Amino acid sequence: MSHDGLMSLNVEHLPTRTLPAEKPLRLLDNAGHAVTGASTGGFLLPDVDTLLDLYRKMVVARRFDVQVTALTKQGRLATYPSAYGQEACEIGAVASLDPVDWLFPTYRDSIALLTRGIAPGEILQSFRGDWHNGYDQHAYRTAAQATPLATQALHAVGLAHAARLRRDPIVSLTYLGDGATSEGDAHEAFNFAAVWQTPTVFIVQNNQFAISTPLARQTHATTLADKAVGYGMPGFHVDGNDVAAMYAVTRAAVDRARAGGGPTLIEGVTYRIESHTNSDDPTRYRSSRDVEHWKRRDPIERLEKYLVSEGVLTETVRAEITDAAEELAAATREVMTVEAELDPLELFDHVYSRPRAALAEQRAFLAAELAGARDHAEGRR
Amino acid sequence: MNATTTEAPRTEASPTQLTMAGALNAALRDAMAADDRVVVYGEDVGPLGGVFRVTDGLQAEFGDERIWDSPLAESGIIGTAVGMAMYGMRPVVEMQFDAFSYPAFEQMVSHVAKMRNRTKGRVTLPMVVRIPCAGAIGGVEHHSDSSEAYWASTPGLTVVMPSNPADAYSMLSEAIASDDPVVFMEPKSRYWAKAPLALPVTTAPMDRAVVVREGTDVTLLAYGPTVRTALEAAEAAVDEDLSIEVVDLRSLSPFDDETVGASVRKTSRAAVIHEAAQFGGYGAEVAARVTERNFHHLAAPVLRITGFDIPYPSPKLEEHHLPTADRVLAALDTWEWDA
Repeated sequence: MSHDGLMSLNVEHLPTRTLPAEKPLRLLDNAGHAVTGASTGGFLLPDVDTLLDLYRKMVVARRFDVQVTALTKQGRLATYPSAYGQEACEIGAVASLDPVDWLFPTYRDSIALLTRGIAPGEILQSFRGDWHNGYDQHAYRTAAQATPLATQALHAVGLAHAARLRRDPIVSLTYLGDGATSEGDAHEAFNFAAVWQTPTVFIVQNNQFAISTPLARQTHATTLADKAVGYGMPGFHVDGNDVAAMYAVTRAAVDRARAGGGPTLIEGVTYRIESHTNSDDPTRYRSSRDVEHWKRRDPIERLEKYLVSEGVLTETVRAEITDAAEELAAATREVMTVEAELDPLELFDHVYSRPRAALAEQRAFLAAELAGARDHAEGRR
Repeated sequence: MNATTTEAPRTEASPTQLTMAGALNAALRDAMAADDRVVVYGEDVGPLGGVFRVTDGLQAEFGDERIWDSPLAESGIIGTAVGMAMYGMRPVVEMQFDAFSYPAFEQMVSHVAKMRNRTKGRVTLPMVVRIPCAGAIGGVEHHSDSSEAYWASTPGLTVVMPSNPADAYSMLSEAIASDDPVVFMEPKSRYWAKAPLALPVTTAPMDRAVVVREGTDVTLLAYGPTVRTALEAAEAAVDEDLSIEVVDLRSLSPFDDETVGASVRKTSRAAVIHEAAQFGGYGAEVAARVTERNFHHLAAPVLRITGFDIPYPSPKLEEHHLPTADRVLAALDTWEWDA
């Protein structure tokens, strides 16, 4: 996959005192036609091999998302925040990273983790309620999914700064929601990144709602990307349902960061088709007309139209992708039907690296309680 | 102060007079020289050397990639330190005053404290958060808080507070070498207290309490600024024929039940002294666990001699708020002494 020729901008001289375009930057329109002119922001459409790869990743990701939502409704998971409809933002951004780069995701970004190669059973450990984080963060260079909003953005900045001090050409990328941009930590992360010129890319997935609160109650700015200007970093306002644009812009920002050009803020305008989580009732705060409107702007269908018109998405390729997606869904169902063996005594084992006497006492207390319960169950008492 | 110390500091060179601020400065310098993963940042720690001069001269010596001024944002300081520690650095960050650490509360409680547990030990955060704490320096509002109970009641944090220059050097060195995050609280009123000291010095491990004056009738449990108060009370009590043992807790989390319990079982009476407010304060935990573990050895209830349950007073009134040796001795008089 070649990344050359994606940019027509000289990334060393991106304007940082100009507001992003009010009309979202896009490379493919909703009918799947390549866009020309000012709306492209000077970015070039990625080649068809790259786009086909992004398509494959999005289809697999959506199948996973739909499968996990279904498993959650069956009671297999405690909760699952779906990213249905946001695949272009999620995949376009994460696919821009190299394996050495670090990802700092939120609870909504499970499909980005999947795309990074993390196994479904490891991703879903936390949502199933087994343990708060189930994958090796160092192995995947992917931090634990953050629940407190915008807090992970500071971790992304700190890690990138450490890498920079070490002269390691590593980029950190973090996702934020539209609601999270109201948090103080978002401000501090943007500012620290800009002042320290860390190699960090902020992806703001503007999916229109923070649970139920609409964007108009989060910000008075014209776009969330506008905020970048005040920090002295480039901001891009992008059609978040156009994976070609999300990928092209993010890849340019990643390359620029790696080359020492500092951070970038990218707003992807998208929509959360599913509810916030399974315990949410979106009919209380948004209309079905609104949802239907966005369903007609589906990010996967858009790319599909383009790839078919280009003749690369043949029936054979389509079938192969569908098979891969179904295979993953089956594997996900399988791993989630097996209850993990949990050891309650492990609750005490990872709090500190050094043993603590008081904690050892509490561990012994629970061990005795468990042994008593076993004896009782076996009729010994 | 002529306290007897059961564990004399081990030193190599001949002693010179050193303040606690100087000892902390030396500990930072030695740690930075020994390990290039140790980086220091915070507000005004660079050319200024920190408002208490604890980082004095370090930027000139190590350069601004090892120690630098951060933007003025405490959550940002702690949050970025999390990321730096994830990458293998050992950040030592400064909160300028403890009341200014509150913006970082979420990062401390939700991330610093929980990262190791959340990841089953796969991600550790070897970072030190230095917090100048407590009062008695004539500081205006928000410059004299005692925030130790917030941190000590958070599982996953290690919280320590030295009371003298030797411990300051030894405990900070140990905190920086620790693989776990350490909240390192520095009593402001003790920054300029001098002691003869030869560096490097190794005192008791930072998770242990130390008997700093032996006695037979009462155990005073103190930490940070109130260790001096306890020692003054013990000295004054000699005239009243009362033998007071003083334990410097040093570590607030973990709590050294062993050392404290041994002292309390010997004296059968205990009181805890701190500047922070009483209600729900650290002394409540001390009194509860000392009682739970030693009730049948106790001749009297464990007392708390603390600041009042009020916001920290303005400079001209703070003397009425802070525990004094007189107030400690008066409190001990409230016990029934006939046995």
